[in-house]
Amino acid sequence: MIEVNELHKSFGDTHVLKGVSTCFDQGKTNLIIGQSGSGKTVFLKCLLGLFTPEEGTISYSGQIYADLTSREQRDLRQEMGMVFQGSALFDSMTVEENVMFPMEMFTKTAKSDMQDRANEVLQRVNLVDAHKKFPSEISGGMQKRVAIARAIVMNPKYLFCDEPNSGLDPKTAILIDNLIQEITEEFNITTVINTHDMNSVMEIGEKIVFLKQGHKEWEGTKREIFKTDNKAVTDFVYSSELFKKVRQMYIEERN
Amino acid sequence: MKHLAAIGQYFLMVREVFKKPTKWRIMKTLILKEIDELVYGSLGIIIFIAFFIGGVVTIQTALNLTSPLIPKSLIGFAARQSVILEFAPTFTSVIMVGKVGSYITSSIGTMRVTEQIDALEVMGVNSLNYLVFPKIIAMLFYPFAVAIAMYVGVLGGWVAAVFGNYAPSGDFIEGLQLDFIPFHISYAFIKTYVFSFVIATVPAYHGFYMKGGALEVGKASTTAFVWTSVAIIILNYVLTQLLLGQ
Repeated sequence: MIEVNELHKSFGDTHVLKGVSTCFDQGKTNLIIGQSGSGKTVFLKCLLGLFTPEEGTISYSGQIYADLTSREQRDLRQEMGMVFQGSALFDSMTVEENVMFPMEMFTKTAKSDMQDRANEVLQRVNLVDAHKKFPSEISGGMQKRVAIARAIVMNPKYLFCDEPNSGLDPKTAILIDNLIQEITEEFNITTVINTHDMNSVMEIGEKIVFLKQGHKEWEGTKREIFKTDNKAVTDFVYSSELFKKVRQMYIEERN
Repeated sequence: MKHLAAIGQYFLMVREVFKKPTKWRIMKTLILKEIDELVYGSLGIIIFIAFFIGGVVTIQTALNLTSPLIPKSLIGFAARQSVILEFAPTFTSVIMVGKVGSYITSSIGTMRVTEQIDALEVMGVNSLNYLVFPKIIAMLFYPFAVAIAMYVGVLGGWVAAVFGNYAPSGDFIEGLQLDFIPFHISYAFIKTYVFSFVIATVPAYHGFYMKGGALEVGKASTTAFVWTSVAIIILNYVLTQLLLGQ
Protein backbone atom coordinates (compact mmCIF):
# COMPACT_ATOMS: atom_id res chain seq x y z
CA MET A 1 0.00 0.00 0.00
CA ILE A 2 1.19 3.53 -0.80
CA GLU A 3 -0.14 6.47 1.22
CA VAL A 4 0.40 10.01 0.03
CA ASN A 5 -0.26 12.86 2.41
CA GLU A 6 -0.46 16.58 1.49
CA LEU A 7 2.16 16.44 -1.26
CA HIS A 8 3.54 19.77 -2.52
CA LYS A 9 6.07 20.19 -5.31
CA SER A 10 7.21 23.36 -7.06
CA PHE A 11 9.65 24.17 -9.84
CA GLY A 12 10.79 27.76 -9.35
CA ASP A 13 7.62 29.84 -9.14
CA THR A 14 5.44 27.11 -10.60
CA HIS A 15 3.54 25.25 -7.90
CA VAL A 16 2.84 21.93 -9.63
CA LEU A 17 1.43 19.75 -6.82
CA LYS A 18 -0.74 21.57 -4.30
CA GLY A 19 -1.37 19.23 -1.41
CA VAL A 20 -2.31 15.92 -3.01
CA SER A 21 -3.39 13.19 -0.60
CA THR A 22 -4.48 9.71 -1.60
CA CYS A 23 -3.85 6.05 -1.01
CA PHE A 24 -3.10 3.21 -3.45
CA ASP A 25 -4.16 -0.27 -2.41
CA GLN A 26 -2.15 -3.44 -2.76
CA GLY A 27 -3.23 -5.88 -5.45
CA LYS A 28 -5.18 -3.17 -7.27
CA THR A 29 -4.68 -1.22 -10.45
CA ASN A 30 -4.67 2.44 -9.44
CA LEU A 31 -4.96 5.05 -12.17
CA ILE A 32 -3.92 8.70 -12.14
CA ILE A 33 -5.73 10.70 -14.78
CA GLY A 34 -5.90 14.36 -15.69
CA GLN A 35 -5.22 16.83 -18.45
CA SER A 36 -1.71 17.58 -19.68
CA GLY A 37 -0.03 19.89 -17.16
CA SER A 38 -2.20 18.68 -14.27
CA GLY A 39 0.86 17.31 -12.44
CA LYS A 40 0.46 13.57 -13.15
CA THR A 41 4.03 12.94 -14.23
CA VAL A 42 5.48 15.04 -11.40
CA PHE A 43 3.27 13.12 -8.98
CA LEU A 44 4.48 9.79 -10.36
CA LYS A 45 8.12 10.92 -10.24
CA CYS A 46 7.63 11.96 -6.60
CA LEU A 47 6.27 8.47 -5.87
CA LEU A 48 9.34 6.99 -7.54
CA GLY A 49 11.72 9.17 -5.55
CA LEU A 50 13.00 10.93 -8.67
CA PHE A 51 11.66 14.27 -7.36
CA THR A 52 11.79 15.34 -3.72
CA PRO A 53 8.57 17.04 -2.57
CA GLU A 54 8.86 20.27 -0.53
CA GLU A 55 6.05 19.25 1.80
CA GLY A 56 4.05 16.14 2.52
CA THR A 57 4.90 12.49 2.96
CA ILE A 58 4.82 9.32 0.89
CA SER A 59 4.80 6.06 2.77
CA TYR A 60 5.30 2.58 1.36
CA SER A 61 3.73 -0.14 3.53
CA GLY A 62 3.96 2.24 6.50
CA GLN A 63 7.56 3.39 5.88
CA ILE A 64 7.83 7.13 5.20
CA TYR A 65 10.22 7.49 2.24
CA ALA A 66 11.79 10.77 3.44
CA ASP A 67 12.62 9.26 6.84
CA LEU A 68 14.61 6.38 5.34
CA THR A 69 18.40 6.48 5.06
CA SER A 70 19.79 6.67 1.52
CA ARG A 71 20.66 2.96 1.68
CA GLU A 72 17.11 2.11 2.82
CA GLN A 73 15.72 4.30 0.04
CA ARG A 74 17.90 2.44 -2.48
CA ASP A 75 16.72 -0.91 -1.09
CA LEU A 76 13.12 0.28 -1.33
CA ARG A 77 13.65 1.35 -4.93
CA GLN A 78 14.70 -2.20 -5.70
CA GLU A 79 11.16 -3.20 -4.73
CA MET A 80 9.77 -0.87 -7.40
CA GLY A 81 9.30 -1.62 -11.06
CA MET A 82 8.70 1.11 -13.60
CA VAL A 83 7.37 1.05 -17.14
CA PHE A 84 8.28 4.33 -18.82
CA GLN A 85 6.25 6.07 -21.50
CA GLY A 86 8.91 5.40 -24.14
CA SER A 87 9.80 2.01 -22.59
CA ALA A 88 13.33 3.32 -21.71
CA LEU A 89 15.00 0.07 -22.73
CA PHE A 90 18.79 0.17 -22.86
CA ASP A 91 19.41 0.25 -26.58
CA SER A 92 22.93 -1.16 -26.35
CA MET A 93 21.52 -4.36 -24.83
CA THR A 94 19.43 -7.18 -26.25
CA VAL A 95 15.91 -7.88 -24.98
CA GLU A 96 17.22 -10.66 -22.74
CA GLU A 97 20.04 -8.48 -21.37
CA ASN A 98 17.55 -5.69 -20.64
CA VAL A 99 15.38 -8.06 -18.63
CA MET A 100 18.39 -9.57 -16.84
CA PHE A 101 19.85 -6.15 -16.01
CA PRO A 102 18.24 -5.61 -12.57
CA MET A 103 19.22 -9.14 -11.53
CA GLU A 104 22.80 -8.59 -12.69
CA MET A 105 22.97 -5.35 -10.73
CA PHE A 106 21.49 -6.50 -7.45
CA THR A 107 21.77 -10.26 -7.13
CA LYS A 108 24.54 -12.81 -7.13
CA THR A 109 22.47 -15.26 -9.16
CA ALA A 110 24.31 -17.47 -11.65
CA LYS A 111 23.98 -16.37 -15.27
CA SER A 112 22.08 -19.51 -16.28
CA ASP A 113 19.53 -18.91 -13.50
CA MET A 114 19.16 -15.28 -14.60
CA GLN A 115 18.52 -16.43 -18.15
CA ASP A 116 15.90 -18.89 -16.91
CA ARG A 117 14.15 -16.15 -14.93
CA ALA A 118 14.34 -13.77 -17.93
CA ASN A 119 12.78 -16.46 -20.13
CA GLU A 120 10.06 -17.01 -17.55
CA VAL A 121 9.02 -13.34 -17.38
CA LEU A 122 9.32 -12.89 -21.15
CA GLN A 123 6.96 -15.83 -21.59
CA ARG A 124 4.67 -14.28 -18.96
CA VAL A 125 4.36 -11.14 -21.10
CA ASN A 126 3.79 -13.35 -24.17
CA LEU A 127 7.08 -12.46 -25.79
CA VAL A 128 8.95 -15.31 -27.41
CA ASP A 129 11.68 -15.42 -30.07
CA ALA A 130 12.82 -11.87 -29.36
CA HIS A 131 15.49 -12.62 -26.73
CA LYS A 132 18.49 -11.83 -28.89
CA LYS A 133 16.97 -8.83 -30.65
CA PHE A 134 17.84 -5.23 -29.82
CA PRO A 135 15.06 -2.79 -28.80
CA SER A 136 15.35 -0.99 -32.15
CA GLU A 137 14.53 -4.26 -33.94
CA ILE A 138 11.15 -4.85 -32.25
CA SER A 139 7.79 -3.04 -32.40
CA GLY A 140 6.52 -0.46 -29.87
CA GLY A 141 4.10 -2.99 -28.36
CA MET A 142 6.88 -5.54 -27.95
CA GLN A 143 9.11 -2.88 -26.38
CA LYS A 144 6.36 -2.18 -23.81
CA ARG A 145 6.18 -5.89 -23.02
CA VAL A 146 9.94 -6.04 -22.54
CA ALA A 147 9.68 -2.99 -20.25
CA ILE A 148 6.97 -4.76 -18.23
CA ALA A 149 9.10 -7.91 -18.10
CA ARG A 150 12.08 -5.88 -16.85
CA ALA A 151 9.87 -4.16 -14.28
CA ILE A 152 8.56 -7.43 -12.81
CA VAL A 153 11.67 -9.58 -13.05
CA MET A 154 12.71 -8.79 -9.45
CA ASN A 155 9.18 -9.51 -8.10
CA PRO A 156 8.49 -5.87 -7.16
CA LYS A 157 6.00 -4.84 -4.50
CA TYR A 158 5.15 -1.67 -6.42
CA LEU A 159 4.69 -1.25 -10.17
CA PHE A 160 4.52 2.20 -11.77
CA CYS A 161 3.57 2.80 -15.39
CA ASP A 162 3.76 6.15 -17.16
CA GLU A 163 1.29 6.16 -20.05
CA PRO A 164 1.87 2.51 -20.94
CA ASN A 165 -0.47 2.76 -23.94
CA SER A 166 0.91 5.83 -25.62
CA GLY A 167 1.82 5.27 -29.25
CA LEU A 168 0.13 1.87 -29.42
CA ASP A 169 -2.77 0.77 -31.60
CA PRO A 170 -6.07 0.18 -29.70
CA LYS A 171 -5.79 -3.61 -29.82
CA THR A 172 -2.23 -3.68 -28.48
CA ALA A 173 -3.17 -1.04 -25.89
CA ILE A 174 -5.91 -3.31 -24.52
CA LEU A 175 -3.48 -6.26 -24.44
CA ILE A 176 -0.99 -4.20 -22.45
CA ASP A 177 -3.73 -2.99 -20.07
CA ASN A 178 -4.96 -6.52 -19.46
CA LEU A 179 -1.43 -7.78 -18.99
CA ILE A 180 -0.72 -5.15 -16.32
CA GLN A 181 -3.96 -5.96 -14.52
CA GLU A 182 -3.28 -9.71 -14.62
CA ILE A 183 0.23 -9.23 -13.28
CA THR A 184 -1.06 -6.92 -10.53
CA GLU A 185 -3.54 -9.54 -9.33
CA GLU A 186 -1.23 -12.51 -9.84
CA PHE A 187 1.70 -11.05 -7.85
CA ASN A 188 -0.43 -8.89 -5.49
CA ILE A 189 1.45 -5.74 -6.53
CA THR A 190 0.47 -2.13 -5.81
CA THR A 191 0.21 -0.77 -9.34
CA VAL A 192 -0.01 2.93 -10.16
CA ILE A 193 -0.64 3.93 -13.78
CA ASN A 194 -0.47 7.40 -15.20
CA THR A 195 -2.75 7.55 -18.22
CA HIS A 196 -4.69 9.66 -20.68
CA ASP A 197 -6.37 6.65 -22.17
CA MET A 198 -10.09 6.49 -21.34
CA ASN A 199 -10.28 2.88 -22.50
CA SER A 200 -7.83 2.05 -19.70
CA VAL A 201 -9.99 3.97 -17.23
CA MET A 202 -13.05 1.93 -18.19
CA GLU A 203 -11.20 -1.39 -18.42
CA ILE A 204 -8.79 -1.58 -15.51
CA GLY A 205 -9.43 1.43 -13.25
CA GLU A 206 -9.99 -0.20 -9.87
CA LYS A 207 -9.15 3.11 -8.26
CA ILE A 208 -8.98 6.37 -10.19
CA VAL A 209 -7.44 9.62 -8.98
CA PHE A 210 -8.27 12.68 -11.08
CA LEU A 211 -5.77 15.52 -10.83
CA LYS A 212 -6.60 19.05 -11.91
CA GLN A 213 -4.07 21.87 -11.77
CA GLY A 214 -2.06 20.13 -9.07
CA HIS A 215 -5.07 19.30 -6.85
CA LYS A 216 -6.82 16.00 -6.34
CA GLU A 217 -10.18 16.88 -7.88
CA TRP A 218 -11.85 13.49 -7.53
CA GLU A 219 -11.19 9.86 -6.70
CA GLY A 220 -13.25 6.72 -7.05
CA THR A 221 -13.68 3.50 -9.00
CA LYS A 222 -14.51 2.92 -12.68
CA ARG A 223 -18.14 2.34 -11.68
CA GLU A 224 -18.29 5.57 -9.70
CA ILE A 225 -16.87 7.56 -12.57
CA PHE A 226 -20.09 6.85 -14.54
CA LYS A 227 -22.19 8.30 -11.75
CA THR A 228 -20.13 11.28 -10.71
CA ASP A 229 -21.52 14.76 -11.11
CA ASN A 230 -18.12 16.39 -10.84
CA LYS A 231 -18.05 18.61 -13.92
CA ALA A 232 -14.26 18.62 -14.27
CA VAL A 233 -14.23 14.80 -14.31
CA THR A 234 -17.14 14.42 -16.71
CA ASP A 235 -15.73 17.10 -19.05
CA PHE A 236 -12.42 15.26 -19.14
CA VAL A 237 -13.56 11.64 -19.23
CA TYR A 238 -16.57 12.15 -21.50
CA SER A 239 -15.00 14.61 -23.90
CA SER A 240 -15.56 12.24 -26.85
CA GLU A 241 -19.04 11.57 -28.29
CA LEU A 242 -18.53 7.84 -27.94
CA PHE A 243 -17.94 8.01 -24.19
CA LYS A 244 -20.83 10.45 -23.75
CA LYS A 245 -23.10 7.83 -25.37
CA VAL A 246 -21.63 5.03 -23.26
CA ARG A 247 -22.33 7.03 -20.11
CA GLN A 248 -25.87 7.86 -21.26
CA MET A 249 -26.57 4.18 -21.90
CA TYR A 250 -25.16 3.25 -18.49
CA ILE A 251 -27.35 5.81 -16.72
CA GLU A 252 -30.46 4.74 -18.72
CA GLU A 253 -29.74 1.09 -17.90
CA ARG A 254 -29.52 1.89 -14.19
CA ASN A 255 -32.76 3.84 -14.30
CA MET B 1 26.50 33.44 -11.94
CA LYS B 2 25.03 30.76 -14.20
CA HIS B 3 28.53 29.56 -15.12
CA LEU B 4 29.58 29.46 -11.46
CA ALA B 5 26.54 27.35 -10.63
CA ALA B 6 27.42 25.03 -13.53
CA ILE B 7 31.01 24.67 -12.28
CA GLY B 8 29.69 23.84 -8.80
CA GLN B 9 27.26 21.32 -10.24
CA TYR B 10 30.12 19.76 -12.24
CA PHE B 11 32.20 19.17 -9.09
CA LEU B 12 29.17 17.75 -7.26
CA MET B 13 28.68 15.40 -10.22
CA VAL B 14 32.32 14.29 -10.03
CA ARG B 15 31.90 13.52 -6.31
CA GLU B 16 28.75 11.53 -7.06
CA VAL B 17 30.58 9.49 -9.73
CA PHE B 18 32.79 7.91 -7.07
CA LYS B 19 29.93 7.06 -4.68
CA LYS B 20 27.90 3.82 -4.53
CA PRO B 21 30.07 1.80 -6.93
CA THR B 22 28.55 -0.60 -9.42
CA LYS B 23 29.40 -4.31 -9.02
CA TRP B 24 32.92 -5.04 -10.27
CA ARG B 25 31.67 -7.86 -12.53
CA ILE B 26 29.56 -5.37 -14.47
CA MET B 27 32.00 -2.47 -14.18
CA LYS B 28 34.84 -4.56 -15.67
CA THR B 29 32.82 -5.20 -18.82
CA LEU B 30 31.83 -1.54 -19.08
CA ILE B 31 35.46 -0.37 -18.70
CA LEU B 32 36.70 -2.76 -21.40
CA LYS B 33 33.92 -1.61 -23.71
CA GLU B 34 34.79 2.05 -23.12
CA ILE B 35 38.54 1.44 -23.65
CA ASP B 36 37.65 -0.08 -27.00
CA GLU B 37 35.26 2.74 -27.89
CA LEU B 38 37.11 5.78 -26.54
CA VAL B 39 40.82 4.94 -26.84
CA TYR B 40 41.35 2.02 -29.22
CA GLY B 41 38.71 3.39 -31.60
CA SER B 42 40.53 6.74 -31.72
CA LEU B 43 43.99 5.40 -32.55
CA GLY B 44 43.48 5.67 -36.32
CA ILE B 45 42.66 9.37 -36.31
CA ILE B 46 45.38 10.10 -33.70
CA ILE B 47 48.07 8.38 -35.77
CA PHE B 48 46.91 10.03 -39.00
CA ILE B 49 46.89 13.54 -37.50
CA ALA B 50 50.16 13.10 -35.58
CA PHE B 51 52.02 11.92 -38.68
CA PHE B 52 51.00 14.89 -40.81
CA ILE B 53 51.34 17.47 -38.02
CA GLY B 54 54.89 16.23 -37.41
CA GLY B 55 55.57 16.61 -41.14
CA VAL B 56 54.11 20.12 -41.31
CA VAL B 57 56.03 21.31 -38.22
CA THR B 58 59.26 20.05 -39.81
CA ILE B 59 58.62 21.72 -43.17
CA GLN B 60 57.68 25.04 -41.58
CA THR B 61 60.73 24.99 -39.29
CA ALA B 62 62.98 24.14 -42.21
CA LEU B 63 61.52 26.93 -44.37
CA ASN B 64 62.15 29.47 -41.59
CA LEU B 65 65.76 28.42 -40.96
CA THR B 66 67.31 30.03 -44.02
CA SER B 67 70.63 31.11 -42.49
CA PRO B 68 73.53 28.77 -43.44
CA LEU B 69 74.95 29.38 -39.93
CA ILE B 70 72.09 27.50 -38.29
CA PRO B 71 72.68 23.75 -38.28
CA LYS B 72 70.14 21.48 -39.97
CA SER B 73 69.94 19.43 -36.79
CA LEU B 74 67.83 22.24 -35.34
CA ILE B 75 64.95 21.07 -37.58
CA GLY B 76 64.87 17.72 -35.75
CA PHE B 77 65.22 19.50 -32.40
CA ALA B 78 62.28 21.85 -33.15
CA ALA B 79 60.14 18.98 -34.45
CA ARG B 80 60.81 16.91 -31.32
CA GLN B 81 60.09 19.78 -28.93
CA SER B 82 56.90 20.85 -30.74
CA VAL B 83 55.52 17.35 -31.04
CA ILE B 84 56.35 16.15 -27.51
CA LEU B 85 55.54 19.32 -25.61
CA GLU B 86 52.47 20.56 -27.43
CA PHE B 87 51.16 18.79 -30.49
CA ALA B 88 50.93 15.24 -29.13
CA PRO B 89 49.35 16.05 -25.76
CA THR B 90 47.34 19.22 -26.44
CA PHE B 91 46.47 19.19 -30.14
CA THR B 92 45.54 15.49 -29.97
CA SER B 93 43.41 16.18 -26.89
CA VAL B 94 41.44 18.89 -28.71
CA ILE B 95 40.85 16.39 -31.54
CA MET B 96 39.75 13.84 -28.93
CA VAL B 97 37.29 16.37 -27.49
CA GLY B 98 35.66 16.50 -30.92
CA LYS B 99 35.57 12.75 -31.40
CA VAL B 100 35.24 11.22 -27.94
CA GLY B 101 33.63 14.20 -26.18
CA SER B 102 30.81 14.44 -28.71
CA TYR B 103 30.23 10.70 -28.41
CA ILE B 104 30.06 10.90 -24.61
CA THR B 105 27.65 13.87 -24.60
CA SER B 106 25.37 12.46 -27.27
CA SER B 107 25.25 8.93 -25.84
CA ILE B 108 24.50 10.10 -22.28
CA GLY B 109 22.20 12.88 -23.57
CA THR B 110 20.20 10.37 -25.61
CA MET B 111 19.87 8.18 -22.55
CA ARG B 112 18.54 11.22 -20.65
CA VAL B 113 16.02 12.08 -23.40
CA THR B 114 14.77 8.51 -23.69
CA GLU B 115 14.44 8.18 -19.88
CA GLN B 116 17.08 5.43 -19.70
CA ILE B 117 18.85 7.39 -16.94
CA ASP B 118 15.57 7.66 -15.02
CA ALA B 119 15.18 3.89 -15.45
CA LEU B 120 18.61 3.36 -13.86
CA GLU B 121 17.77 5.71 -10.99
CA VAL B 122 14.41 4.02 -10.33
CA MET B 123 16.18 0.66 -10.10
CA GLY B 124 18.43 2.14 -7.40
CA VAL B 125 21.54 2.27 -9.62
CA ASN B 126 23.96 5.20 -9.17
CA SER B 127 23.61 6.29 -12.80
CA LEU B 128 26.63 8.63 -12.65
CA ASN B 129 28.87 5.85 -11.40
CA TYR B 130 27.46 3.42 -13.97
CA LEU B 131 27.80 5.81 -16.91
CA VAL B 132 30.76 8.08 -16.15
CA PHE B 133 33.17 6.06 -13.99
CA PRO B 134 34.01 3.53 -16.76
CA LYS B 135 34.76 6.43 -19.10
CA ILE B 136 37.16 8.02 -16.59
CA ILE B 137 38.99 4.72 -16.12
CA ALA B 138 39.06 4.04 -19.87
CA MET B 139 40.56 7.47 -20.49
CA LEU B 140 43.45 6.59 -18.16
CA PHE B 141 44.68 4.59 -21.15
CA TYR B 142 44.60 7.66 -23.36
CA PRO B 143 48.26 8.61 -22.53
CA PHE B 144 49.29 5.41 -24.37
CA ALA B 145 47.64 6.87 -27.47
CA VAL B 146 49.52 10.13 -26.88
CA ALA B 147 52.79 8.19 -26.60
CA ILE B 148 52.03 6.67 -30.00
CA ALA B 149 51.21 10.17 -31.30
CA MET B 150 54.61 11.41 -30.08
CA TYR B 151 56.44 8.61 -31.89
CA VAL B 152 54.39 8.91 -35.08
CA GLY B 153 54.67 12.74 -35.04
CA VAL B 154 58.46 12.56 -34.88
CA LEU B 155 58.41 9.88 -37.58
CA GLY B 156 56.26 12.17 -39.76
CA GLY B 157 58.81 14.92 -39.22
CA TRP B 158 61.68 12.63 -40.24
CA VAL B 159 59.83 11.51 -43.39
CA ALA B 160 59.09 15.15 -44.34
CA ALA B 161 62.68 16.24 -43.64
CA VAL B 162 64.42 13.40 -45.46
CA PHE B 163 62.08 12.87 -48.41
CA GLY B 164 61.44 16.62 -48.82
CA ASN B 165 65.20 17.28 -48.85
CA TYR B 166 64.97 19.74 -45.96
CA ALA B 167 67.57 17.95 -43.80
CA PRO B 168 69.66 14.78 -44.08
CA SER B 169 68.57 11.86 -41.92
CA GLY B 170 71.71 12.01 -39.75
CA ASP B 171 71.23 15.72 -38.96
CA PHE B 172 67.56 15.26 -38.14
CA ILE B 173 68.27 12.35 -35.78
CA GLU B 174 71.11 14.32 -34.19
CA GLY B 175 68.60 17.14 -33.56
CA LEU B 176 66.17 14.70 -31.99
CA GLN B 177 68.81 13.72 -29.44
CA LEU B 178 70.03 17.28 -28.80
CA ASP B 179 69.55 18.66 -25.25
CA PHE B 180 66.94 16.06 -24.42
CA ILE B 181 65.27 16.73 -21.04
CA PRO B 182 63.42 13.61 -19.79
CA PHE B 183 61.12 15.74 -17.60
CA HIS B 184 59.51 17.07 -20.79
CA ILE B 185 58.05 13.60 -21.34
CA SER B 186 56.76 13.55 -17.76
CA TYR B 187 55.31 17.03 -18.27
CA ALA B 188 53.52 15.86 -21.43
CA PHE B 189 52.06 12.83 -19.65
CA ILE B 190 50.99 14.79 -16.57
CA LYS B 191 49.11 17.15 -18.90
CA THR B 192 47.61 14.21 -20.77
CA TYR B 193 46.28 12.61 -17.59
CA VAL B 194 44.61 15.88 -16.57
CA PHE B 195 43.16 16.30 -20.07
CA SER B 196 41.90 12.72 -20.11
CA PHE B 197 39.90 13.37 -16.94
CA VAL B 198 38.47 16.57 -18.44
CA ILE B 199 37.60 14.80 -21.72
CA ALA B 200 35.73 12.08 -19.81
CA THR B 201 33.86 14.29 -17.34
CA VAL B 202 32.99 17.66 -18.93
CA PRO B 203 31.11 16.14 -21.92
CA ALA B 204 29.48 13.66 -19.51
CA TYR B 205 28.27 16.61 -17.42
CA HIS B 206 26.72 18.28 -20.48
CA GLY B 207 25.00 15.05 -21.51
CA PHE B 208 23.80 14.08 -18.05
CA TYR B 209 22.21 17.40 -17.13
CA MET B 210 20.78 18.27 -20.53
CA LYS B 211 17.10 19.07 -20.85
CA GLY B 212 14.84 18.78 -23.88
CA GLY B 213 14.73 16.50 -26.88
CA ALA B 214 16.81 15.28 -29.80
CA LEU B 215 17.67 18.80 -30.97
CA GLU B 216 19.06 19.66 -27.54
CA VAL B 217 21.31 16.58 -27.65
CA GLY B 218 23.03 18.12 -30.68
CA LYS B 219 23.26 21.50 -28.96
CA ALA B 220 24.65 19.88 -25.80
CA SER B 221 27.36 18.15 -27.88
CA THR B 222 28.40 21.49 -29.39
CA THR B 223 28.40 23.22 -25.99
CA ALA B 224 30.38 20.34 -24.50
CA PHE B 225 32.97 20.64 -27.30
CA VAL B 226 33.37 24.37 -26.68
CA TRP B 227 33.66 24.14 -22.87
CA THR B 228 35.91 21.08 -22.87
CA SER B 229 38.25 22.79 -25.35
CA VAL B 230 38.24 25.95 -23.22
CA ALA B 231 39.02 23.90 -20.09
CA ILE B 232 41.89 22.13 -21.87
CA ILE B 233 43.41 25.35 -23.19
CA ILE B 234 43.25 27.03 -19.76
CA LEU B 235 44.61 23.95 -17.95
CA ASN B 236 47.38 23.69 -20.56
CA TYR B 237 48.48 27.23 -19.68
CA VAL B 238 48.24 26.65 -15.92
CA LEU B 239 50.08 23.31 -16.00
CA THR B 240 52.81 24.68 -18.26
CA GLN B 241 53.36 27.59 -15.90
CA LEU B 242 53.36 25.28 -12.87
CA LEU B 243 55.57 22.55 -14.32
CA LEU B 244 57.93 24.40 -16.66
CA GLY B 245 57.68 28.05 -15.56
CA GLN B 246 60.35 29.89 -13.60
